[in-house]
Amino acid sequence: MSEQAGPDATIPAPVTADPAGPPKRPGPPPPPTASPGKSVTARTPLQLAMARLRRDKVALAAGVLLILLILVAVCAPLIAKLVGHDPTTNYPDGIDASGLLPVPVTPGPGFLLGADQLGRDVFVRTLYGARISLLVGMVATAIALVVGTTVGLLAGFVGGKTDTVLSRIIDIFLSFPFLVTALTLVALNRDAFGQPRISPILLVMAVISLFTWTFFARLVRGQVLSLREREFVEAARSLGASNFRVMVVDLMPNLVAPLIVYATLQIPLNIVFEATLSYLGVGVRAPTASWGNMLFDAQASGYYQTQPGFLLGPGIALLLTVLAFNLLGDGLRDALDPRSSRTMAKD
Amino acid sequence: MLRFLLRRFGYLVFVLFVIALVSFGLNSIANNNPAALLAPRGASAEAIAQIKANLHLNDPLYLQFWHFLTRGPDIRGTKSGLMQWPPSLGYSFVKQRPVTEVILDKLPATISLALGAMVLWLAIALPIGVLAATKARSLLDRVSTFFALVGLSFPTFLLGLLLLYVFYYQLTTAGFNVFPAGGYVALTTDPLEWAHHLILPWFTLALTEAAIYVRVTRSSMLEVLGEDYIRTARAKGLPERRVVYRHGLRSALTPVVTLAGLDVATLLGGAIVTEQVFGLDGVGRLAVLSVSDGDLPVVVGVTLVAAFFFVFINVLVDLVYALLDARVRVD
Amino acid sequence: MTSPSLDKSTPAAGTSSSGGEPILRLSGVTKNFPMRSGVFGRTTGSVSAVAGVDFELRKGETLGLVGESGCGKSTLARLIMGLLPVSAGSVEFEGQDITKLSRSGMRPLRREMQMIFQDPYGSLNPRRRVGSIIGDPFAIHKIADGEDRVRRVKELMELVGLNPEHYNRFPADFSGGQRQRIGVARALALRPKLLVCDEPVSALDVSIQAQVINLLDDLQDELGLSYIFIAHDLSVVRHVSDRVAVMYLGKVVELGTAERLYTEPRHPYTNALLSAVPLADPDRAAQRKRLVLVGDVPSPVNPPSGCRFHPRCPKAQEKCAAEVPTLDSGEGVALDPDDLAACHFPVLPGEDLTQARSALTGVQATPEAVFGAIGSNPGSGDPTNRDSTNGDSTNSGARA
Repeated sequence: MSEQAGPDATIPAPVTADPAGPPKRPGPPPPPTASPGKSVTARTPLQLAMARLRRDKVALAAGVLLILLILVAVCAPLIAKLVGHDPTTNYPDGIDASGLLPVPVTPGPGFLLGADQLGRDVFVRTLYGARISLLVGMVATAIALVVGTTVGLLAGFVGGKTDTVLSRIIDIFLSFPFLVTALTLVALNRDAFGQPRISPILLVMAVISLFTWTFFARLVRGQVLSLREREFVEAARSLGASNFRVMVVDLMPNLVAPLIVYATLQIPLNIVFEATLSYLGVGVRAPTASWGNMLFDAQASGYYQTQPGFLLGPGIALLLTVLAFNLLGDGLRDALDPRSSRTMAKD
Repeated sequence: MLRFLLRRFGYLVFVLFVIALVSFGLNSIANNNPAALLAPRGASAEAIAQIKANLHLNDPLYLQFWHFLTRGPDIRGTKSGLMQWPPSLGYSFVKQRPVTEVILDKLPATISLALGAMVLWLAIALPIGVLAATKARSLLDRVSTFFALVGLSFPTFLLGLLLLYVFYYQLTTAGFNVFPAGGYVALTTDPLEWAHHLILPWFTLALTEAAIYVRVTRSSMLEVLGEDYIRTARAKGLPERRVVYRHGLRSALTPVVTLAGLDVATLLGGAIVTEQVFGLDGVGRLAVLSVSDGDLPVVVGVTLVAAFFFVFINVLVDLVYALLDARVRVD
Repeated sequence: MTSPSLDKSTPAAGTSSSGGEPILRLSGVTKNFPMRSGVFGRTTGSVSAVAGVDFELRKGETLGLVGESGCGKSTLARLIMGLLPVSAGSVEFEGQDITKLSRSGMRPLRREMQMIFQDPYGSLNPRRRVGSIIGDPFAIHKIADGEDRVRRVKELMELVGLNPEHYNRFPADFSGGQRQRIGVARALALRPKLLVCDEPVSALDVSIQAQVINLLDDLQDELGLSYIFIAHDLSVVRHVSDRVAVMYLGKVVELGTAERLYTEPRHPYTNALLSAVPLADPDRAAQRKRLVLVGDVPSPVNPPSGCRFHPRCPKAQEKCAAEVPTLDSGEGVALDPDDLAACHFPVLPGEDLTQARSALTGVQATPEAVFGAIGSNPGSGDPTNRDSTNGDSTNSGARA
């Protein structure tokens, strides 16, 4: 509405501001003579989104919770020292053998969340479990993000046969019953003596990213397919930009927002994935503490019935972590891209 | 249309073939010797080697795969291969039974679990989703959205464990012996006990799934209610109930039903986690146990059955879409 | 289709001041888009989007390119820019055939020829700052970076009438006209000799259109640019062009100086197009008879034989269906060597097309009250009625 009259405007344009129309944010430019030399920096869409996010109290609370969680995970050894228990030692005073069978002590002083079936401190193990969950969840998501984005960019942008082949591969990956296949893959990690060949943590990360990169690839491919029809891509080509440059300089900035949202929502899924594998006995193994294998121990030993801290400690930690990521992701999505919607499935 | 059918069928076969190949390949790498399992206790090394040769285990992998597809290993004269009729998934050396038989044994439990849970989660989610959509931004909407998010964040096995703790352990210690700890009773044996044993597993699956369906129903319903023909129906003066349930819900259901189809397809391949938590002898638990037993033919079999359900229902959904909606391109 | 008669040596009357040396020469430029279908994507046919276009653009000249939506104007622009490969023919830029060049071979030429896009919203990346968008050409061709690039970008912004302080803003912070200025600044960054403007103003408000057109006009004088100016707004094209080419179904049907083409159109299709231009003077508008051409624009998948316009042409004869007319100055009716029409039976000055009746199909253009025509096409000079009911009744009529 308020087109700035340039020096060339020989035909006087009727520059009457439409009173009904909303004023342009942040104000149309004053004539070029005003405040020379001082340049105006617009906030990036990302900064605007962060400003919106700061007004979202729920997402903010989730973010704070996650920061605390990361702090706790990082400081786990320190806290363990303060408590005086380390995560893998079997403490005799954790076991109360007053009855016929030894029973782990219930929550109280000394053992904040009680002990597990071997007399290990559930509280300390829960803290250490946070390390595994966050590490696996984030690293696996990062790997999937990088692989998926690369494949999606190639499929969507190069198109043609490349797209056909890559899309078929994605389809097939999605058709795999991933939990069974993940079980198989993890089961293969056994040498003749039943010992793992590579670190189970690394393997779990690899397996999780193997089955989740496709989500990123599909997202990116879809976005790129619509983006590449936009004229700015043609404009870049007409300037002589290479394919690589178009992908990195022109397409990537438009992918950042959906990828941030997607990754934030994928992390909790991957945390659950890790916990599930560990619960099924094929993920992270004892004595390394993971929320999944702690919950497995709680059920397998049957002690969760008499020592509820055994179940509730890792259980609530897992639930809160996943919930916090989901809340943050929802908030991010609303802040970054208010229109999108998402569906997902689990089990 | 025929062409479309053929294409989709070809796709189905292709995907299954690739999955069979990968899964067979992975399992062949594993470190085990079925011949040793099959041989009588204390058999000599030569005898085991002989059995191994009889099972074609010394053949190159591609030949073994070919055998798997066409005729299966010659065990007790059974000619059993994936491409024979009835299709066979091989022979379990650990269980000393054909894999197909083993899986068919476990399928009723899984089907009972999956279908029952689906009925339950749709019964929970549809009314809530529709209400939340018609009263968008109301208190009810906010509350349901929040609970959906919590449900979404609940790992299935954690919810199962908590349900067990509260409804089995706490109730039982309080003297109300309402729910069993787990296990499966066949429908044909005792329908009441069947349902009794499945209630907690059903709720475990249904509650986590319902969260997703509340969201999907709500957003789909909101979208439909924003359409022009809904406005037209309102402008005609139709009662709001009729507008929402007759005109709105019907089209809003399409994505919900699609999703339900795909989810059930996934579950039919084994609701691994739920079955494991409640000790239900279904296909999923079979897979877990077979993996730890090193019973690889069964693992390959379950993988294939699961993939088959998934791809088949996918194709079916496409087909129904194409039939219902002429706008979907059939090429 | 060939056009041997283009007189290349003598600068013609009506061309711009800086001589008649061609900067761009198109000969037989053709583009067919394959249509694929079936399981394996077999080619089952093709869409003939551009079917043998010949013309040249002289240094400092503006050549207008008009035609209905779908006549191949925009495809032609992309062929000239090398954004699409040609199916046949050649595009010579300063004597060098660019259709055979590889992508990297094309890169140095990108500095010489640039394009301005139709949609000022779509052609700017919404996630990048204006400064870096305009600076793109410098980055891609590794011409300037750091402080130097910033300085040059600010100069460009000033040149096109933007406030250089807005260097760090995003496209969303600008109005449509300002965005088109950003597009112009980007196109000018490398000081090109040729600018292909693909409907540069059709997405803008009428008041803003004048500003952008005047900007382009001033820049032409200042920088000695040559323009190919594509539009479907005939009055805009008349205002900016030295010469105008009219396209129909992928072919140039008439080419001539703007003055002559608008006053004495020779091709029946040009007549039809021009009769749809709204006239500012209501008296003249009332006098004007308007014609409705029969039928739709034929599908480019299966174009008519001979002259592509013949099924709808009120002057069509046997010859029109059999022989492809060449784009030439015709026999005895040439007013100027630059005035070319691809028609076997060009319209003579003063001829009333409403009286004509096709000998071939019996097609007769129906006269229609001009009010209806104007009412159906309010405000815009778009001769292509987008409304399908009133549709391609692209009206023909004698001029007042």
